Amino acid sequence: MNEIDIKFLEDSFKKYYFNHFDLITSPQRTSEREFGYQKFNSGMFRHISLKDNKELHLLFMQNIPSDVYCSNAYYAFPNSPMSEKDWKEADLIFDIDAKDLNLPCRKNHTISICNECNEISKDTNQCVKCNSTKLEKKSLPCKNCIDASKIEVNKLSNVLINDLGIDKENIHIYFSGNEGFHVYVYDSQFQQIGSKERSELVDYIMFRGAIPETFGMKKFKPNRSLFPDFNQKGWNGRFSKYIFGSKSKRSKIISELLDSGYPSFQKTLDDVSKNIGVKIDPNVTMDIHRIFRLPGSINSKSGLTKILCTNLTKFDPYTDACFLNDDPVEILANCPIEFKLKNKKFGPYTNEKILVPTYAAVYMICKKLATIA
Amino acid sequence: MLVLGQDEKAKYPFLADAGEYLKDKGFSLVQFGSDPVLKLSVEKALHRIKVASAGEVYKSDIDKDGQASKDYVLEREVFSFLLAIVLIKLTGMSTLIKRFALAEARRAETYLEKDLGNASNKSKIDLATRIIYDLFNIKIIKENDFFVIPVSDYLKHSVTFHEREWKLINRHVENGKVFLTPDKTVRLIRKELGNYISSKIINAPKPSMIPGLENIVNELILISKKLTPTYTITTGEYPPCIKHAIDVLEKGENLPHSGRFMLATFLLSKGQTVPQIVPLFKNAPDFNPRVTLYQLNHLAGTSGSATKYSCPSCEKLKTQDLCFITKECDNIINPMQFGKKRT
Ligand code: SF4
Ligand SMILES: [Zn+2]
Ligand SMILES: [Zn+2]
Repeated sequence: MNEIDIKFLEDSFKKYYFNHFDLITSPQRTSEREFGYQKFNSGMFRHISLKDNKELHLLFMQNIPSDVYCSNAYYAFPNSPMSEKDWKEADLIFDIDAKDLNLPCRKNHTISICNECNEISKDTNQCVKCNSTKLEKKSLPCKNCIDASKIEVNKLSNVLINDLGIDKENIHIYFSGNEGFHVYVYDSQFQQIGSKERSELVDYIMFRGAIPETFGMKKFKPNRSLFPDFNQKGWNGRFSKYIFGSKSKRSKIISELLDSGYPSFQKTLDDVSKNIGVKIDPNVTMDIHRIFRLPGSINSKSGLTKILCTNLTKFDPYTDACFLNDDPVEILANCPIEFKLKNKKFGPYTNEKILVPTYAAVYMICKKLATIA
Repeated sequence: MLVLGQDEKAKYPFLADAGEYLKDKGFSLVQFGSDPVLKLSVEKALHRIKVASAGEVYKSDIDKDGQASKDYVLEREVFSFLLAIVLIKLTGMSTLIKRFALAEARRAETYLEKDLGNASNKSKIDLATRIIYDLFNIKIIKENDFFVIPVSDYLKHSVTFHEREWKLINRHVENGKVFLTPDKTVRLIRKELGNYISSKIINAPKPSMIPGLENIVNELILISKKLTPTYTITTGEYPPCIKHAIDVLEKGENLPHSGRFMLATFLLSKGQTVPQIVPLFKNAPDFNPRVTLYQLNHLAGTSGSATKYSCPSCEKLKTQDLCFITKECDNIINPMQFGKKRT
């Protein structure tokens, strides 16, 4: 990214940090957390410890970071090297990303930027100008993608509350600032479990590793009375709803399952996993030393804010997470896809010099689809 | 600490304080070397160790009809356990500790399971849950026919198991709790129970030789030396996947067939013989010497088929969840290369 663009982004981010510090939530037990940040065109600074909100504010104002992160873990010595930090516990975290849902709409709003000649085109595997296959993909997620991610968040909350016994008040849902949602669970029985245990939780939530016996299918002498029913709790109940559909079909479908036999039932379970398992990123939840984007900070992939969703159903990232100002800026835009921010439509633009509000300019520059004119 | 009745001490003798128990009964250790009646307990102790070192679980007198109500039978149960520890200590053989702790853990398991499953006797259930809580800090609550424990506690203990059945997804989970049958509840703490008993033995003070017991101690040393299986020399030179498999077997947990295949082919290729390898599988829950021997001979190419099987590749083992790669593996493609590549 060139100097002028960086200067512009830093100025816009700085104004946001200055005016909206109330949105930046210093996490509970701030002094036990590890912080990290990045600046535009530079690497990661981590192993930082901060006493309180004031020091957090200072970090923002002194460094004008492009991205800020904070550990889900609590340490005795957050600023020591990893092996000496003395890990105490960690909040459970989940990442749900539209990119992992692989929806068919995705190719319609994905842009390929050629690494060789900078040509920008709609989703392709080969540069239309120089045939290079070294392409960087940028996505401007659509409403469909956001809605599908919300469904996953609701599925996750359901498992967390009903199966894992977590209080609703302790589940905090954030828009990630780009293409999905981050979910935090505080003060649960899982605070102290390690990475291996978290990986087991992940498999449970994603419905991975199920064996036929668990859902009523025995290898020898199968018996129809063992199959789960609708009113059962946990995965047995959800499995029933998905596989049987309605109460009237249950008996007939059980007969079919028994006829097709044990090996085929394992395949049924794989299909169930794909459809009703919750699509979370396993690596994020397993990682007990991660620094995770700080709530209230800006995501430099988009210029949108990682913001708490108090009403997920109504939440619209393109109005509710867009906090930058409206001052007009002249940019050179090359954005083959239309997008909407703060209820205004922008694009498509083909190498055009245009005057747009700051928030739209930031969005396109962050996506590498424009530069300051 | 728990207050136990005589019959409970007989079932769970590792909960009794050795010194106090003897004092209570009015005996001192030295008497066991000479008193002809007390010598019966010594013989029982010897038998108990022998059975354990053969990889079996000692069948207690208290399980025989009408015996459990006799005080001297119960007393001898506890004595023989405490004396077994003394004898093992006197031999100073660590193989004996391992075997004995494992066998005694298995024995206690059957009682715990029975006590938990005893729907009609609440005090027995209470005792079993108390033991589990006091020893392993797991709070178990009875709910109808099940025992429920917090998901996080379940995970802490079950993550080391390799059977898919133990994955959380294959358990009934509700409201932050896992529902278990009595046998699964006890199975969950098997390793801890074994560790508890062996740490009790390891931490017990080593007594000085008791006159009259020298011969028995020498006999045990001989037994132990014969036993000392080849796998105790697994110092560093085995790759993590192999060490792990040996570990699983030593703990008496189930190693899947693919794991046994890997282990056997690895050791055979390293030049070990079938009789050297058999004892490794002794602790497996489904151990059958005849079948094991047959299978090993088959793999070694000594029986029937002339094919000699070789150890699977790292890649294959990864797909079977048997790989526990560390940086020492250093990009090798087969466990056989472990430790060789570095120059
Ligand atoms: S990399 Fe190969 S040798 Fe190392 S643990 Fe995995 S399977 Fe074993
Ligand atoms: Zn190109
Ligand atoms: Zn979409």
